[in-house]
Amino acid sequence: MEDNTENLDNLSNAESAGKADERFETIIGLETHVELSTKTKMFCGCRLSFGEKPNSNTCPVCLGHPGSLPVVNKKAVEYAMKIALALNCRINEYTIFHRKNYFYPDMTKNYQISQFDIPIGVGGFVDVNMGDYVRRVGITRVHMEEDAGKLVHSGTTGRISEADYSIGDFNRAGTPLIEIVTEPEIKSPLEAKQYMITLRNILLYLDVSDCSMEEGSLRCDANISVKLKGSDKLGTRAEIKNLNSFKFIQKALEYEVGRQISLINSGKKVIQQTRHYDDKTQSTKALRSKEEAHDYRYFPDPDLVPININESWIKEVRDSIPELPNQKEQRYNDKFGLSDYDSSLLASDFEISCYFEKALASYDSNAKGICNWLMGDFSAFLNKDQISINESKIKPEHLAGLVKLIDDGKISSKIAKSVFEEMYLKGTDPNEIIKEKGLEQISDEHELESIIKEVINNNPDAVNQYKSGKVKAIGFLVGQVMQKTKGKANPTLVNEIIIKKLS
Amino acid sequence: MGKRINKEDVAHIANLSEIEYSEDEIDEITVQLDKIIDHVAKISEVDTSKVSPTSHVLNISNVLREDNPRQSIEHKEALKNAPESSDDGFKIPKID
Repeated sequence: MEDNTENLDNLSNAESAGKADERFETIIGLETHVELSTKTKMFCGCRLSFGEKPNSNTCPVCLGHPGSLPVVNKKAVEYAMKIALALNCRINEYTIFHRKNYFYPDMTKNYQISQFDIPIGVGGFVDVNMGDYVRRVGITRVHMEEDAGKLVHSGTTGRISEADYSIGDFNRAGTPLIEIVTEPEIKSPLEAKQYMITLRNILLYLDVSDCSMEEGSLRCDANISVKLKGSDKLGTRAEIKNLNSFKFIQKALEYEVGRQISLINSGKKVIQQTRHYDDKTQSTKALRSKEEAHDYRYFPDPDLVPININESWIKEVRDSIPELPNQKEQRYNDKFGLSDYDSSLLASDFEISCYFEKALASYDSNAKGICNWLMGDFSAFLNKDQISINESKIKPEHLAGLVKLIDDGKISSKIAKSVFEEMYLKGTDPNEIIKEKGLEQISDEHELESIIKEVINNNPDAVNQYKSGKVKAIGFLVGQVMQKTKGKANPTLVNEIIIKKLS
Repeated sequence: MGKRINKEDVAHIANLSEIEYSEDEIDEITVQLDKIIDHVAKISEVDTSKVSPTSHVLNISNVLREDNPRQSIEHKEALKNAPESSDDGFKIPKID
């Protein structure tokens, strides 16, 4: 049921209005769901699976059979504590589970086990680096719950409204899920996107989830409203769902800011509703016409006993937290002498920072050199092919090897670029490539001298120009030598020898 | 009696629970539920001002399980009690 009563679901209108109007400020709060990467489900020993045969990893507990009893996965509690602590939350020493009651066939029990008034973590924050400034986003709560099953709607369109029936797959039902709720302190769609990037990076560092937005292990909903600057009165908020990529988060919220401002400017009201982002039309649409009744009738789950978390357990978990992005940034700065900019770029991407450290493990004399390749040519290639660094064929030790070859004067940086391309395409060791293709730089003075002699003899004009004071003419001569050696001559050495010979 | 729950409450809960009902049923259930709640309300006569809320009747905590996978039930077994199944899944009537 899509609501067509608002005629301002028009992108161009909404966008232009939103961008032009500086009188308004935006307030965003995000709710993020993270599927944990434990081996088993939250309340039963069924394995977690993705893409397996439907209903092959189920049991009486996650199918909600009467009489079955849930038992809490200790590892999931510890992962939740890890997340809460890394987000600077206070851990509640006493925490309990509630039943969230709703009737929808993605949960067979007709309730979801969740947490309500005593979540595992409360009152934290995340610092989001915006380049020019840092936005500190408050974390209201971190709580544990279970994921629902998946419904596949029949029919060609896959749309629920056009389906004759749906198929329920409960492999995902009961997967440990952590919900992270921010305070309404995010001030722009770009900040929302940066917050998600920062949060995902922290979660990857913690190694508690694969954080794949595509596979739905990291999902986010946004509450967004606009108000006149300086006004105390908060605007009516809309909840935006289906923000399953960083790009969509920003786009959907930008659209929504524009839509809400357009409504207000044309004297209409923003209605409190749940909206769904559609990437095809790049707009948000209301999901239900009537105001939603959030009446989940929470009550403590009588099947589950409370969890008491004492100081020593908290300490144990805190000690297991690895170096986090901001600490890593500091270390790169201090230990490798990398600039603030380089350090922050490397640390802001967990996969790249792991790759960087693996490369350093095999050659640690030129961190800056390795960093430059990672941030320069390597990133450009990865971007072009839209793959992550772990999907590339180049092994970290081979990248380190390439930098070492340049540092040792064995190849010129120009040759290195073509070697890198070969490495990228085939995953070959750079030492093999230069051996096979005879690309090793000629740094042997005797070998170079004979070539230089030939170039000097063949180019009397340039030689005379140089001798008559036109120093630049030497560049031409060096170029000739490089051409003759197919770029393999050591240019610095060639330069030196020519000057010596002509003086 | 007749004060603890009204027709609107019952209709609301029925809606939330996706239960169809007739006007007569609503009237009947309102009376019945009201009696039940009235009966159970006796417990509120106990002074609990000095008792902290109980989330569980047993005085135990931290019943936790190690993260070790256990054999799930057979796929066929999982679908056995479904009124209808197809394509490896539970067949669910059209959702409005």
